[in-house]
Amino acid sequence: MVADFTRDERVSALIVLGGLILAGLFMAIAGRNDLLGVHGWMIAAAGLWGFFAMVRGFGLPEPPATRLAEYYDAPTRVGLILTLLWGIVGMGAGFWVAALLAWPDMTFDVAWLSFGRLRPVHTSGVIFGFGGNALIATSFHVLQRTTRARLPDAISPWFVLLGYNLFCVIAASGYLMGLTQSKEYAEPEWYADIWLVVVWVVYFAIYMRTLARRKEPHIYVANWYYMAFILVVAILHIVNNLAVPVSFGSAKSYSLFAGVQDAMTQWWYGHNAVAFFLTAGFLGMMYYYLPKRAGRPIFSYRMSIVSFWGITFMYMWAGSHHLHYTALPHWVQTLGMAFSVVLLVPSWASAGNALLTLNGAWHKVRDDAVLRFMALAAIFYGITTFEGSFMAIRAVNSLSHYTDWTIGHVHAGALGWVAMITFGALYSLVPTMFKRERIYSQKLVELHFWLALTGTLVYVFAMWNSGVIQGLMWRTYDETGTLSYSFIDSLVAMHPYYIARALGGLLFLLGTLTALYNVIMTIRMPAIGAHDPQGDLPAEPALQAGE
Amino acid sequence: MFGFHYRIERSAMGLVGFIIVVASIGGLIEIAPLFTIDETVETAADMRVYTPLEVAGRNIYIREGCYACHSQMIRTLRDEVDRYGPYSLAVESSYDHPQLWGSKRTGPDLARLGNKYSDAWHVTHLNNPRDLVPESKMPAYRWLLRDALRTDDLSDHLAALRAVGVPYSDEQIANAVQDAYGQANPDSPEAAGTAERYGEATNLRVFDGLPTKLTDMDALVAYLQVLGSLTDAAVRTETAGIE
Ligand code: HEC
Ligand code: HEM
Ligand code: HEM
Repeated sequence: MVADFTRDERVSALIVLGGLILAGLFMAIAGRNDLLGVHGWMIAAAGLWGFFAMVRGFGLPEPPATRLAEYYDAPTRVGLILTLLWGIVGMGAGFWVAALLAWPDMTFDVAWLSFGRLRPVHTSGVIFGFGGNALIATSFHVLQRTTRARLPDAISPWFVLLGYNLFCVIAASGYLMGLTQSKEYAEPEWYADIWLVVVWVVYFAIYMRTLARRKEPHIYVANWYYMAFILVVAILHIVNNLAVPVSFGSAKSYSLFAGVQDAMTQWWYGHNAVAFFLTAGFLGMMYYYLPKRAGRPIFSYRMSIVSFWGITFMYMWAGSHHLHYTALPHWVQTLGMAFSVVLLVPSWASAGNALLTLNGAWHKVRDDAVLRFMALAAIFYGITTFEGSFMAIRAVNSLSHYTDWTIGHVHAGALGWVAMITFGALYSLVPTMFKRERIYSQKLVELHFWLALTGTLVYVFAMWNSGVIQGLMWRTYDETGTLSYSFIDSLVAMHPYYIARALGGLLFLLGTLTALYNVIMTIRMPAIGAHDPQGDLPAEPALQAGE
Repeated sequence: MFGFHYRIERSAMGLVGFIIVVASIGGLIEIAPLFTIDETVETAADMRVYTPLEVAGRNIYIREGCYACHSQMIRTLRDEVDRYGPYSLAVESSYDHPQLWGSKRTGPDLARLGNKYSDAWHVTHLNNPRDLVPESKMPAYRWLLRDALRTDDLSDHLAALRAVGVPYSDEQIANAVQDAYGQANPDSPEAAGTAERYGEATNLRVFDGLPTKLTDMDALVAYLQVLGSLTDAAVRTETAGIE
């Protein structure tokens, strides 16, 4: 890494890391009576570690000028490994919380092992750790290939990747210690939030600076999605996390909003974290890797335009479907429902576009597990969005809300769509990025595919069942007009499904472990020379504008 | 339309501008009015603030992630009203920064939990739910009784809450630490001050059953016992609107 930096970049890196150490020490001192201090020391330690690595490599020769004629892929390589590691941490935590719901005594009187603290480790670990690293790693790759321009410098991609992972570590370790804002998917406290804004601004700048130097006149579809992901997540993150810290020596803050306004802001954020993190970003991934792997151009350029703007516009209205029948004014609920239903059109346009792209390449889907991952992802994307639009209807939501049905929907999307498309992209990227001839074992990819598919199906069907049963039990009346079931009755009915879900999750986790093994073994294979002489452009004709 | 797009996608700044504009509309139209339309939140003259001990308890509720399994939002549905009580009004969480409405009911709704059980029941239940409810999936929170409550920064907490809009008086902020102590030690001299500053209806009790020690359990139980009773608005207004 240091060897890729010019002398100036090495100096800048030292300054940035020095600043990080100082910030960490400041937090450690100001927060010495608070858990903030622990995070201060962690940040200072991370800075120090980087600083020493930089000092040690400072005297290395500068990189040759010829590098500027090549793409800069080192951050992508590290990002892919981090994706897998976070996948295992996040899904491991997911398996553990699933087990806790079946066997709650596994808390063992250890506070940080309790459900409420581990659950956000799972959600942040998979969404931000696994998903976020996958998005950053692939976006750097896609951006360079579709613009035919090298990243603007060597230091900012590393700043984004490592800074982002520092954020993830602060977030997850904070939950274990009990530091959380309690807002779902926005749990990290104020100082972590500020840090993420800094990282994000640099990320956005990388995008704009690379686009400014592009050699392709058009900006490829995948980049629209990555850009929407970066921009809108920034807006959402800043607004939803506005808060007043108790003091500069305290990790705790109080949200600027309260009650109903806070609920609406939170779910405007929450739903669009789904839309722009778990959907837009991964659609960007799909629009590059799926056509590329299938060797066929995107089926319809126009359809991709319609679905892109449809998703960008309509998702932002849909957050209130998380608040049906609550104290939120009725008109907002109705708007949210209406937009959620119409949202099915652009969503299916995307899923359809992906599947129609595969037309004529179905034999490849049959033979190639990597492409099959991506095809299956598109199918699950279609299923999840259909289900989502259905659940957003008030009458349906009266049954599904608060139940495991929501959890089923979440994981149909998370396992079936987000994770599958990530694995597809990952397997197609790893050999190219590490300049290996192929992935170590195609058989293991095949095994992973079936573990993932079985795991997802077991998980999702268990939760669909338990959710609907739970919802029905809560609302059933007997002939005398009293509720038929106590809450405990419904709880007892859930038990077998919770065991089934934990098993499904375990299968999925095992699949991810095979992926890690396979990738490590691939990296240990001998390197080959140049790769992909066409420069990895999307399958031609990539751009059919003005046809 | 597609011709126009053909031009837009050649301009990075144009694309950025369009994305921001197109994405901002929905949020602006749905969120901004919630701050300005008066009917959004009912008025309730009797609405009271959380005491410092209850604030600390609420923060423990957040710290332990109770909200991940418990909602605090009874919907306007007949079965929910029959099961949990009058449906929740916006005003009831108007001092909740942030709200804890929740999205998952692994356990029952807690919006109207206050005074449903005795303090002793809560202490036993939190210590190990399966002692009272053998089928329970709730974790055992044994450390709550062990850990001393941190109170030294409570004034800062109240001040921060005032900064975001909760009407604490200067006096309440200045006396936060002793008011917390007084609330859990009804026989102490501090208790009178707590009652004076937060009203006679404030629960002054040894919540955790351990008179000598102020624990996390004291604070959490104090908080649980006021859920749904900061105002009577819901009980007074409700019969209409149930679906
Ligand atoms: C893993 C999910 C889970 C977590 C986390 C959890 N609970 Fe529970 N809780 C339950 C379940 C299930 C029940 C119903 C069975 C029982 O009464 O134990 C319940 C019941 C309760 C009840 C009784 C409600 C009633 O009306 O009977 C209270 C009070 C309660 N929990 C408080 C808490 C508090 C406070 C926390 C955080 C410290 C917490 N719970 C964390 C699952 C959870
Ligand atoms: C090994 C696989 C996984 C297992 C066993 C697992 C298990 C769980 C469990 C037990 C919960 C808590 C449910 C509850 O509170 O009732 C949960 C929630 C959640 N999981 Fe997973 N999970 C897995 C993978 C994933 C992945 C890959 C993602 C995302 C990419 C994800 C995203 C989420 C989200 C967003 C929630 C919160 C849902 C909500 O609050 O409604 N999970 N998961
Ligand atoms: C057209 C698209 C979609 C619509 C209309 C939609 C709609 C919904 C609805 C109605 C809920 C339940 C809210 C509640 O009752 O609390 C929900 C929850 C959720 N959905 Fe979707 N969904 C869509 C696509 C997706 C996708 C692709 C994912 C990807 C993983 C996803 C992830 C989630 C998550 C994580 C939650 C749980 C939020 C929480 O309560 O914590 N959704 N969605």
